Amino acid sequence: MLRFAPALIVTLLVGPIMAGLAMAVLPAFGYLPALGGTEFSLSHWQALFAQPGLWRSVAISFASGLLTTAVSLSVVLLFLAGVSGSRLDHWIRRLVSPLLSVPHAAAAFGLAFLIAPSGLIARLASPGLTGWERPPDLLIVQDPWGIALMAGLILKEIPFLLLMSLAALPQLDPERRVAMARSLGYRPTIAWLKVVAPALYPLIRLPVYAVIAYATSVVDMALILGPTLPPTLAVSILTWFQAPDLSRRFMASAGALLQLGVTAAALASWWGLERLVACLGRGWVEGGQRHRGEWPLRTLGKGLILLTTLTAFVGIATLALHSVSGFWRFPDTLPHSFTLLHWQRTLPSLAGPVVSTLLIAGVATLLALALTLAALENEQRSGRHPNQTRLLSAMGLLYLPLIVPQIAFLFGLVVVMESLGTRPQHALVIFGHLLFVLPYVFLSLSEAYRRFDPRWSQVALSLGATPDGAFWRVRLPMLLAPLLTAMAVGLAVSIGQYLPTQLLGAGRVPTVTTEAVSLAAGGDRRLIGVWALVQASLPLVGFIIAVGLPRLLWSHRRGMRGAP
Amino acid sequence: MKNRHQLMLKDIHIALEDVTLLALDAEVNPGEVLTVMGPSGAGKSTLLAFVAGFLAPAFAASGRVLLDGRDITGLPAERRGIGLLFQDPLLFPHLSVTGNLRFGLPRATPDKAARIASALAAIGLAGFGERDPATLSGGQQSRVALMRLLLSEPRAVLLDEPFSRLDSHLRQEMRQLVFDRLREAGLPSLLVTHDHQDAAAAGGPIITLE
Amino acid sequence: MPTYPLALFPALALLLSAPLHAAPDPADWEAVLEEARGQTVYWNAWAGDSRTNRYIEWVARRVAEEHDVTLVHVKLDDTSAAVSRVLAEKSAGNLDDGSIDLIWINGENFAAMQEADLLHGPFAERLPHFALTYPEHNPEVVTDFTLPTEGYESPWGKAQITFYYDREGMGDSDQLSGEAESSAEGPPRSIAELLDWAEANPGRFTYPRIPDFTGSTFLKQALIALVEDTAPLYAPAKQSDFAAVTAPLWDYLDALHPHLWRSGRQFPATGPELRRLMGDGELSLAFTFYPSEPAAAVADLELPPSVRSYVLDEGTLGNVHFVAIPFNSPRRAGAMAVADFLLSPEAQAHKQDLAVWGDRTVLDVPRLPEADQARFAIDEDNPAMLPADALEKTLPEPHPSWMTALQEAWRERYVRR
Repeated sequence: MLRFAPALIVTLLVGPIMAGLAMAVLPAFGYLPALGGTEFSLSHWQALFAQPGLWRSVAISFASGLLTTAVSLSVVLLFLAGVSGSRLDHWIRRLVSPLLSVPHAAAAFGLAFLIAPSGLIARLASPGLTGWERPPDLLIVQDPWGIALMAGLILKEIPFLLLMSLAALPQLDPERRVAMARSLGYRPTIAWLKVVAPALYPLIRLPVYAVIAYATSVVDMALILGPTLPPTLAVSILTWFQAPDLSRRFMASAGALLQLGVTAAALASWWGLERLVACLGRGWVEGGQRHRGEWPLRTLGKGLILLTTLTAFVGIATLALHSVSGFWRFPDTLPHSFTLLHWQRTLPSLAGPVVSTLLIAGVATLLALALTLAALENEQRSGRHPNQTRLLSAMGLLYLPLIVPQIAFLFGLVVVMESLGTRPQHALVIFGHLLFVLPYVFLSLSEAYRRFDPRWSQVALSLGATPDGAFWRVRLPMLLAPLLTAMAVGLAVSIGQYLPTQLLGAGRVPTVTTEAVSLAAGGDRRLIGVWALVQASLPLVGFIIAVGLPRLLWSHRRGMRGAP
Repeated sequence: MKNRHQLMLKDIHIALEDVTLLALDAEVNPGEVLTVMGPSGAGKSTLLAFVAGFLAPAFAASGRVLLDGRDITGLPAERRGIGLLFQDPLLFPHLSVTGNLRFGLPRATPDKAARIASALAAIGLAGFGERDPATLSGGQQSRVALMRLLLSEPRAVLLDEPFSRLDSHLRQEMRQLVFDRLREAGLPSLLVTHDHQDAAAAGGPIITLE
Repeated sequence: MPTYPLALFPALALLLSAPLHAAPDPADWEAVLEEARGQTVYWNAWAGDSRTNRYIEWVARRVAEEHDVTLVHVKLDDTSAAVSRVLAEKSAGNLDDGSIDLIWINGENFAAMQEADLLHGPFAERLPHFALTYPEHNPEVVTDFTLPTEGYESPWGKAQITFYYDREGMGDSDQLSGEAESSAEGPPRSIAELLDWAEANPGRFTYPRIPDFTGSTFLKQALIALVEDTAPLYAPAKQSDFAAVTAPLWDYLDALHPHLWRSGRQFPATGPELRRLMGDGELSLAFTFYPSEPAAAVADLELPPSVRSYVLDEGTLGNVHFVAIPFNSPRRAGAMAVADFLLSPEAQAHKQDLAVWGDRTVLDVPRLPEADQARFAIDEDNPAMLPADALEKTLPEPHPSWMTALQEAWRERYVRR
């Protein structure tokens, strides 16, 4: 059975994406008999290109992909370069990890509540510093250049890239590398950037590409923070797909392909930038310059990561504040009164979506975990290790759902599912979530699994344990911590999913995320506060268990502290 | 363990990408330690992996491993009856000392607790059963690892530089203990090392790989 | 190792196939209710307003008690998504097991569904409570944006554009001056005055972003006020010279936008967001489709107590909103039971309650039995509430094609390239 796991995973992931893309390609060229499209034509492309503001949408989607990634990656690398093991560094790392679990929508709401003209920052500074008695008429959130959107994405992508880097670093033995460079007279931050960063980048390339793809095509965050006239390309496509004028669907399909192109173009540009940086960087690395920039770089890295982390946390705190606020006039720093009314009113309607969310996340994560373990165990037993850095290796296909924009294939997938006769239900949503949960579970578990010293299993086998016995009695318990972390990541990914839930569930499967995002348009901050806070805390429970359970279980096993 | 076992390595030939790593033909008698020496990269560990059943598929190997006259070349590792000692004791960190020893005992062993207690006493660690292995000293851990190996009742033993990580004063003591025990149990053993003192202490035939 | 996902597919197919039903006939109402018992009805309804959502929760509780129907509110941010889904189902050949049983709908979405034959009916006029609307006296309950409903949708609420403003935000914080508003300081009383007011109060007014229905209604309101002859607006848009008819509107908006909130470069998403901006003090003047909303929001601590409501002197657009049943709903009996419950005096009165939603009833209250009439008494003491006679001048909605055409033209003009 194990032998089929990789093939099964690839089929499960690639099949739906290909089918979904096919059902975007055909209508884009006019073919969708059910809607009366029986002839191939380019007219829908013409209609698409005639859309007002289309190129602006495209430009913003493209730019937010590249800028978001460039800023997030730079901040992460600078921070890692400046890490000196100080208390502040440990503290920052501790703070960043839980941010990974905060769903994009909740982070977006938190940021919006913070930076809006009537947000907390303006309130804190008013009227004392600013003289504002009313919120200033400033275009901050949903600005036409997508800056707020990019800021929101950066808040979320920094923790992601940081944790991916931290997972990859140990195999590079950075301490020894830096020590070697320092013995040659390089200052520590410069040393790290010169001898560790170039080796680290190839290991986190796939996560970086995933960030680019995500940032070019995100929907939920763009609905909350993104520009509106026009919105980003992905949001426009969503509107076209849902337009009552059915001919728009053909155009939306063309738009989905355009989105695919925009994402591909962003990835290609990034690839070009990689080459350029590699070229220019080599000169810098080999230039022999040892000191210059040490202090500014270190301070910048620490300062920026601190800024983004604190922003995210204060944003979440603002959500909490709004969820218990009575009338809150500008520029009062705190609400006029506090009330539990919003919670009391929301509680009855919370139960259903919370249960749905946990059910979907739980099942999708367990399925993903089982498949991941099967594939990894198969890898161990057959002794064949796929080349991790090559994109197109068989298991590299695993990352397809993270690279292909959701909006590009999900609508096609809905049509496919419809024609297969499946009806929107929890099972279908779980299947949709699996597409995105599986890669992340795999991504977060594979490193620990592959690094796991093979001699442990060899000892177990030589002591007479069967391969299954060695798996259950040695490998699983020893990998409990990374296993639970992978589960927590899976849960967080599932809980944060908006588009697959909304589309495959036809809105009939409400989760905390779809509920929270649907409140965005109403702008009722108190209610949004309640929902976004619930949304943010659910995945946190998973991470608390992931951190706490191994400590509890292994409280008398010193060798189990710290991941193996 | 009064059974006497014999290990035969017949016309072993291991190659990687058409380059011959090693060729070997040897016989290890009960209680005897065959030492294989050679510089790093000579294929010592590859030989152990082949005999134990862990050889990566990238290697091409021919020849047969016979244990008590039975061909075990095609058997999976866990059914070969070959025990391993590595450089590190590799006590399972999630199990107690007793848990580690229990892991070694065959499932049907009667009166496991008594066996474990006497095994611990035999290495001077009586009463250490419930301890976390991580709290033992390096020497203590090595002794527990040896006991775990012996309790699993192997029919042959492979030693992969088992003393190289020990302090010099401990090393001498462990060599004594390990070889005495193996001899006592009548187990044929294959030792790979690049330490001549190991080879001398083992007292058996020596093969040097190029 | 596990292979659950493969096993999922047959399980899915089993789970998801539902029994077929012949169309229930509302003429035999008892049989409809009998069939409805135990059904789960998926009601796709715009969910941008928490007050509306809470009302629907209440309806769900009541129909469960009354008819043993499980009502699920499928929350939409735009009703067109539901139209689109029914269409997708039809296109995929799903003719009898649709995922939507009831849609909150009116205007261009109704027109679109009717045109594509996506609705079940006629059923509405045969619902027992429908008679209480007295359609012969209230033609608006059987007319949707000039189109006859022909029994394909059942009325459940009435909306009319109502303006509201913050007296303190207007600068006349003098609480004692009370009743009389001087026209210079007071809110604008007409679309024409609105432009002057916006010039004098830059950044203090805006309207929801098109295609939001409240925002689109503002366009129609302005258009009606600005054209010489409103007759073409009540016929399909393509029968007249769209550019010529709408030219005054674009001139007006071109002049208005620079004085709007965010200088007209950005617009709030919905009516409720306008309310939030009022609450935050960003705006001094806003409007809503639900005449009681400002009063209800004051009671809810969302708006300051200094908020007052009024309608324009030239009258404001009003319409009726409906519920409709998609042609492929497998639970039409349950959907009808819900639609009928929505028309009951109990549900209509609860909906009109300020503490609940404040949406006006479609029932003809003066013709109701006295006991039921009492349920609809309006609390006139609330200062944020409209005077009872304020809504007498209701402008009828133009033909639905104008809504779509205006939305399209607006996007052409005001979306940045």
